Amino acid sequence: MDKLFDFELTAELLQFGFVQTALLAAAILGLLAGVLGPLIVSRNMAFAVHGTSELSFTGGAAALLLGINVGQGALAGAIVAALVLGLLSRRSADHDSVIGAVLAFGLGVGVLLLWFYPGRASNKFGLLVGQIVSVDFASLALLGGCAVAVFLVLLAIYRPLLFASVDPEVARARGVPTGLLSPVFAVLVGVATALGVQTVGALLVLALMITPAAAACRITANPLRATILAIVFAEASAVGGILLSLAPGAPVSAFVTAISFLIYLVCWVVSIVRERGGRRRGVPSAAVATPAVLQ
Amino acid sequence: MSVNREAVSDLTADPARGTGAVSLRGASLRFGDRVLWQGLDLDVAPGEFVAVLGPNGSGKTSLLRVLLGLGPLSEGTVRIVDEPPGRGNRRIGYIPQQRAMEESLTLRGRDLVGLGLDGHRWGIGLRGMRERRAKVDRALDAVGAHDFADAPVGRLSGGEQQRLRVAQALISDPEVLLCDEPLLSLDLANQQVVSSLIDQRRRATNTAVLFVTHEINPVLPLVDRILYLVDGRFRVGRPDEVMTTQTLSELYRAPVDVVRVQGQIHVVGAQSGLCEDQPHHHLHDDAHGDA
Repeated sequence: MDKLFDFELTAELLQFGFVQTALLAAAILGLLAGVLGPLIVSRNMAFAVHGTSELSFTGGAAALLLGINVGQGALAGAIVAALVLGLLSRRSADHDSVIGAVLAFGLGVGVLLLWFYPGRASNKFGLLVGQIVSVDFASLALLGGCAVAVFLVLLAIYRPLLFASVDPEVARARGVPTGLLSPVFAVLVGVATALGVQTVGALLVLALMITPAAAACRITANPLRATILAIVFAEASAVGGILLSLAPGAPVSAFVTAISFLIYLVCWVVSIVRERGGRRRGVPSAAVATPAVLQ
Repeated sequence: MSVNREAVSDLTADPARGTGAVSLRGASLRFGDRVLWQGLDLDVAPGEFVAVLGPNGSGKTSLLRVLLGLGPLSEGTVRIVDEPPGRGNRRIGYIPQQRAMEESLTLRGRDLVGLGLDGHRWGIGLRGMRERRAKVDRALDAVGAHDFADAPVGRLSGGEQQRLRVAQALISDPEVLLCDEPLLSLDLANQQVVSSLIDQRRRATNTAVLFVTHEINPVLPLVDRILYLVDGRFRVGRPDEVMTTQTLSELYRAPVDVVRVQGQIHVVGAQSGLCEDQPHHHLHDDAHGDA
């Protein structure tokens, strides 16, 4: 562990092309996760992201076995999962149980596919816990292209999507096509999740997609500020995680999750302290303070 | 209704105001073989306050859904602000009933109100931010919500949330305001605050109000007419015409007593929708003529 602070070694490793590619990939991923995260949190979709990432693992495993690009396999798996989860459960009441059922099955299929796979074990392991250092130029292009596509769609639908996420009833009454936005957003999340699976792995994708946004939402109720903070937190986790992992040669995901969880803890403490200190802003008005007289 | 159209018409530049705000002709709504209401004719004038009353399941909220363009009529025609209802008519404001919001929801009061202004528009809305902010501030001031506009909405009281709802609905300057039990679960003081905010607005800008409620008393002084729905039948009229023992007994087809106490109206014997399930056909068969 004393290698952790060996900055010379870190600087030396930063010279390598594959390290720079990995950092770039992490930066793109952090940006995606930060932008989508607050909406995911508002829509209570953390478990759906988890389910999507597991099924993206299944897609990746299938691709590995078939000898096609693992990234594309993971992407296909995640999009199918997002659509299935979005269409199977329109009602929020059984949303979680549908995800649970589908994700368990998908994970089982993935394990079976990996068992069939005759190749190197590290490829298998990589799908679960990430192998960002193996990101090559082709996958970087896929990552960048997908990220741009997600951003463009999000730019177009952001306002009605926010409306539908935080205030669905009035949004519907105002003509926002909430039924259409849900699957579209699910696909965006699916794409981002699939990209995350390749870097931090299926098991830890929540560390980038959920934790930074959840931390941001703890300390601000302003949607714009929450988005900016979530981007900063996600970048710090993703890029910082890689930088720290370089010298000791440890798994990236351990550092990514550690940093994002640390940020979450700090924000949680800040929110508690703030609540103790100021209670909440806003004074009850005089009109609200009179019911006793009226009764 | 005695709405002085000439006096108020110059308040608004829109020449379309002044004709019927809501118009239903021979309107029926059925789910399967269950008739919610049928043969409904209703015209709501600009500036008019119409309360929609009736037991649970009588189709009050479904009427609002039709007017919002979220569901079709089974029969008949409906027009709202001179158009057939379509999803997202900008000339219609909507106030839902107060519901518990998650405390952790990432949304401030001013965001909730701002979404009422342009939340339906595509894009992220970076243009005209200053103008938007000024509009939102004015809407917040109008309902006295400035002090808690920056707090998370989930932490506000029900009364505070409903004041924001009023601002959210009014910020787009609607010509018709549809309210679905907006006073439910509020205490008396907040019921008065919220209902008088709605009333002030309709008087100032001649906005028609369709107010679904199960409790007439908090809005009784404001109501011009009542639409009372019971089991497929209905009555429309002034409160003193509809809220009588005879009319409601005909409507419910059951003995119902309307009692007036200290300026309040209480309906005895019709507290729940249960009595609709029992046959009362021995009573006032002529009530059919209404339906």
